[in-house]
Amino acid sequence: MGELVLLGDEALALGAIDAGISSAYGYPGTPSSEIMEYVLKYSETNDGIFASWSSNEKTAYEEALGASFVGRRVLVTMKHVGLNVAADPFMNSALLDIKGGFVIAVADDPGMHSSQGEQDSRYFAAFARTMCFEPRNQQECYEMTREAFEVSERFHIPVMIRLVTRLAHSRAVVNTAPVKPQNPMEKTDNTKGWMLLPALARKNWASLLERQSSFLEYTTASEYNPLTINSDFTEFGVITSGLGKNYYDEAKQELPELPSHLHISAYPVPVDKVRELAENVKKIIVIEEGCTFIEDYLRGYLPQAIEISGKQDGEVPLTGELNPDNIRKSLGLAAKDGHATDMDIPGRPPQLCKGCPHADTYAALNEAREAFDNSIVTSDIGCYSLGALPPHNAIETIICMGASIGTAKGAAEAGFKPVVSVIGDSTFLHSGISPLIDAVSCNTPMTVVILDNGTVAMTGGQTTIMPSSRLKTLIEGIGIEAGHIKTIIPLKKHHAENVEIFKTEMNYQGISVIIALRECLETAKKKKSGGSK
Amino acid sequence: MKYDIILAGVGGQGVLSVAAGIATGAMLQGLQVRQSEVHGMAQRGGAVMSHLRISDTEIPGDLVGEGSADMILSMEPLEALRYLAYLKPDGKLVTASDPFINIPNYPDEELIKSKVDATGAGVVVDAKAIAKESGNLRAANMAMVGAASTFLPVEQKNIEKAIENMFASKGDTIIEQNIKAFRAGRG
Repeated sequence: MGELVLLGDEALALGAIDAGISSAYGYPGTPSSEIMEYVLKYSETNDGIFASWSSNEKTAYEEALGASFVGRRVLVTMKHVGLNVAADPFMNSALLDIKGGFVIAVADDPGMHSSQGEQDSRYFAAFARTMCFEPRNQQECYEMTREAFEVSERFHIPVMIRLVTRLAHSRAVVNTAPVKPQNPMEKTDNTKGWMLLPALARKNWASLLERQSSFLEYTTASEYNPLTINSDFTEFGVITSGLGKNYYDEAKQELPELPSHLHISAYPVPVDKVRELAENVKKIIVIEEGCTFIEDYLRGYLPQAIEISGKQDGEVPLTGELNPDNIRKSLGLAAKDGHATDMDIPGRPPQLCKGCPHADTYAALNEAREAFDNSIVTSDIGCYSLGALPPHNAIETIICMGASIGTAKGAAEAGFKPVVSVIGDSTFLHSGISPLIDAVSCNTPMTVVILDNGTVAMTGGQTTIMPSSRLKTLIEGIGIEAGHIKTIIPLKKHHAENVEIFKTEMNYQGISVIIALRECLETAKKKKSGGSK
Repeated sequence: MKYDIILAGVGGQGVLSVAAGIATGAMLQGLQVRQSEVHGMAQRGGAVMSHLRISDTEIPGDLVGEGSADMILSMEPLEALRYLAYLKPDGKLVTASDPFINIPNYPDEELIKSKVDATGAGVVVDAKAIAKESGNLRAANMAMVGAASTFLPVEQKNIEKAIENMFASKGDTIIEQNIKAFRAGRG
């Protein structure tokens, strides 16, 4: 017990540790990475918790399920788009008879600070018909995570904690509670609850649907969904969720009267409380972070007696983050005066570090491309995505983890030549191997460039799941011809030689792989100083 | 009492260590603190902004609203101008004078300086010179903490204690250099 200053991510991690987890798994992804990093660091100095990064979110999720199967509490972490990768085990796990408490921490990134898309993971929780908690500060991250484990074991379901960037990466004081002992290792005595054979899955599905009413009873009674009614003021009421309440709490002090207010942070949506609010007001303003999850339920398709306002009518922005300014506006409060300048302020986009190996690879690739009338370079998710920006302008697609290889294959098989795919080592191991196996099976004329910097750089330099030394063996093993696996060292002094290798392989009418091998500068620096972070 | 700060700079300039110095000092004084950081892609050599809120009562949100910041504290003059909309009419614009030029269209330095002056809120600090004087170029950040500290509701001794804590693992010389830069920054 005590007071600690923690990021939202760290508070969640500590909540899980204090709730008695035995294991934690995850794949790095901003803004979720610091959750696992905290558990990993803790497990270095404390016995009894197994923590590990996995190849991808799907493998992490499945590994976590194994711990629950034998009765242990387990945490699995990922960013919102990572849940897409883990969607298969996630959706099915809602049908399982979860034994050891199973909590999935998903960090959404409204505003896309460091992501390809804005998603709202609350839809996934509802899609799987499971429960979700949405903390709004660091203390709630800690407490709700502990509660989520209790709920998971009470209702035998996987429970989601949904974070957003601003909470994940913001620090505040957290008061902790006594640590719970770990569950004993005890295999489930209901293995039928873990076999989704159609006949059994149908039963489990029916059981999950039956339990929905008990989930709703819980969230309706939950103190995490507080409703306050001011019957003297009926013009409008407010529903908030997540960080929306923080901005609302600051702005409401300037309102002439305090409206009735329902804050929702435990899902499914507590319908009776929504109805009670609606009985007391003429209009409801919905302030929620992410998509129109609550608002759409309220609006429905048919005309209704009560006016609903929020993102659908533009009173709250439909994209981007909530902030104190857009919430003031939605409540009809005037903007505050600030300073201004008449100078044009040029943008300063993120860029590759000075001396980054990716820059040298892109320089050689760009020059090799000049030998062809036209060419395609597909790319992927990582620091090297910055190759899309000047001065590199080296890549043409960024879609999702691993997509560069499949997309290149499709373009090549549609007849385009030459096609190059550029992917980082960690992204390749995450989900690039399968499409490369596809390309081998068709001997597709394309060149895959693996940028092997030996680290998961963009998310803060986590260790790649497999060392560089084994990468070549893996690629040989899936059937790329040894003569068409080339290793280059992306340094200026090798530029001319590297350009020639690119040209040769781009002319080759089969599948080839070029490994651009040089350690990330940040990782090298970290190793030199001996610190982990 | 509440005091809201927007910290500005370029990824890698140490905005987070500046925030940590002030935040820890405020907490040593028993104040509440919320500190929003930037991690991931956004921090890589690009413009970064961090929100730091200090108060003697509960702070609901992590973000500072427009027209609400008591101070913009910038490690670099162009970045000082980027977030002016957040600065209260009577707020302070404390910025390092040394530009960080990593874009081809970085504006004329004199023009930037004149625009900082035009706000009437500018406090320009030659943090680089102070750091050099203190014997450690990396102490420029603590010089900026020092320059800011004269306006903050946090006592000097608490920030100095925070700086000592921050650099405790780096040895006495580094601590002394940073304290020296901090004091020189206070002017």
